Amino acid sequence: MDLLEYQGKQFFAGYGIPVSAGEATNDVDAAVAIADRIGYPVVVKAQVHTGGRGKAGGVKLAADAEECREHASNILGLDINGHIVETIWIEKASDIAEEYYASFTLDRSARLHLGMLSAEGGVEIETVAEENPDAIAKIHVDPVVGLTEEACRDWVAAANLNPAATEGAVDILLKLYTAYVDGDADLVEINPLILKPTGEVHALDAKVSLDGSAIYEHPEYEQYEATQPRDEREQAANDKGLQYVGLEGTVGVIANGAGLAMSTVDVVNQVGGKPANFLDIGGGANADVMAGALEVINNDPAVKAIFINIFGGITRGEEVANGIVEAMQRVDIDPPIVIRLDGTNAEEGRAILEPNLSEKLMMEDTMLDAARRAVELAGAEPAGGSN
Amino acid sequence: MSIFVDETTKVVYQGLTGSQGRYYGLLNRDYGTQVVAGTNPKKAGTDVEGIPIYANVAEAKEATGATATCIFIPAPGVQGAVLEAAEAGIEFIVAITEGVPAHDEAYFYNKLKRDFPGTRLLGPNCPGIISPGKTNIGITAGHIAKPGGPVGIVSRSGTLTYQALYELKQKDIGVTTCVGIGGDPVPGTSFIDCLRAFEADPETKAVMMIGEIGGSEEEEAAEFIEHGMTKPVASYVAGVTAPPGKKMGHAGAIVSGGKGTAQAKMEALAAAGALVGNNPTEAGELMSEIVAGL
Repeated sequence: MDLLEYQGKQFFAGYGIPVSAGEATNDVDAAVAIADRIGYPVVVKAQVHTGGRGKAGGVKLAADAEECREHASNILGLDINGHIVETIWIEKASDIAEEYYASFTLDRSARLHLGMLSAEGGVEIETVAEENPDAIAKIHVDPVVGLTEEACRDWVAAANLNPAATEGAVDILLKLYTAYVDGDADLVEINPLILKPTGEVHALDAKVSLDGSAIYEHPEYEQYEATQPRDEREQAANDKGLQYVGLEGTVGVIANGAGLAMSTVDVVNQVGGKPANFLDIGGGANADVMAGALEVINNDPAVKAIFINIFGGITRGEEVANGIVEAMQRVDIDPPIVIRLDGTNAEEGRAILEPNLSEKLMMEDTMLDAARRAVELAGAEPAGGSN
Repeated sequence: MSIFVDETTKVVYQGLTGSQGRYYGLLNRDYGTQVVAGTNPKKAGTDVEGIPIYANVAEAKEATGATATCIFIPAPGVQGAVLEAAEAGIEFIVAITEGVPAHDEAYFYNKLKRDFPGTRLLGPNCPGIISPGKTNIGITAGHIAKPGGPVGIVSRSGTLTYQALYELKQKDIGVTTCVGIGGDPVPGTSFIDCLRAFEADPETKAVMMIGEIGGSEEEEAAEFIEHGMTKPVASYVAGVTAPPGKKMGHAGAIVSGGKGTAQAKMEALAAAGALVGNNPTEAGELMSEIVAGL
């Protein structure tokens, strides 16, 4: 779950990390009122789930109320890489002496937490990593031990920050590690972490990604669900408890199990088609789940054919087949369906499907043949048409 | 021979009294697994279809001599369950539960490594382990696998594991052990752990490896295949068409920052000398050719 900058700053502030005073709004008049309250100069910042805000004109300095009004009205509604700005964050402008970079994330390879700190902040860390890898001081943290102050001091020393920033950086990094662990974050990143001319260290930006699996420990994270970037199809599927990822093609995919669903999408692609989605209905594949999945796919106007790929493990073939037949009676489906049913009691399952086969419901023995058939049907369908 | 477990392995089911634990625990027992006990502090002294329930793993181990556990506890309780089993001296822990927070996984992985080096964890978010004809610990449908050998299977995906077992059975190829390591960011047991065990197992003559996008485990496994393995490997990696930044069902299955693509993994495996199929069926055919040539 990715947070917007202002949500990230509020998250940081909850762990005592110094951030700029500010407020979020979706209204121009309110923006000016906030700026009046905070005191000028202020920065007006677009809140979107994409990078490159500055270049797109989504971050502007305002010296007075008139400028604030102008920037707020320009930025609200702005299209940044296809993301329309609905919220802006107004914050007190900061004087900057130096810009640093700091983050924590999981190093999957080492199975330890990884902290990265660099005196070269303000730019993409990937760029620094490529052009000047020595400028990034890394620390591996064993979650059982945690980040000790001693280790943190050594790490800060290794990053060669301005000595004036040492104390402030150590303090912020210890808090940032606590926020990362206690907040169940996949990533916490401050870029830039700034040193002010007055000597204070301060988080000028916030990039936070939270682990969706840990929501039960943090019921307050529910509020972030509302601002997640999701297409409508994804939202509808999630509401039904289905794992769905929208893609750009014309072949709707339904499979049981994440690996098989991923593999099905791959195979559609291999035989020359374009998958419209990834949809994992899980192990059960009963009528309710199948009907829900078919509804989601059916509501996608781009879909010209549907490929249902089920491998019965514990779930037996006849249960799956009955589920499909019942679901088709409940949902009025436009595009033709191709089914591949294999695994436990596949024969019995196919026997149930057999009398229901038609021009709208076809069956193939293998995953590859079924994919070919579905791709062919998707291509044969006139654009925008349906029977 | 099988790796990690065999027909003598006595298993405690943590969460046997829950609906999932009961369903799969009894299926596993029907298969022949020595399901010797369950745990539930509130139901100690009762039983599930004749399987005694103890208050905790230590008591269950004491009473039955179990060396393994299988966890069907809901995600919030998994960390406690893993550590409870390790502290009781259990050697092999299978955690089936999905949706365990990554920070919990990172914590108990390192806790085991540091304080309980004799304990192996498989999972979380995995289908478990099956040595066909001997024991089945987890949620795999036992009858889709042919007992015997000469193939060992290791996989990050549940359904693709079933697909692989089934394809091999159709071709009349037996499996020594099939290990589902799971699709989470911090798996207790890695591809390399399994490849090393298969390399050392005299009955396993070839290995089928099924990977997916995300992380760098397949690349690390490729390195091991190149330098540490003499046995042939057939492989498949799911997620060639996965868009960057989108989780494809498994918490670990995500391509981020251009890293962890299926293409890169397939190339690394091929460069290491493994045969790489473009889909599960093709990988099955490659394995069938390997077996025919043994």
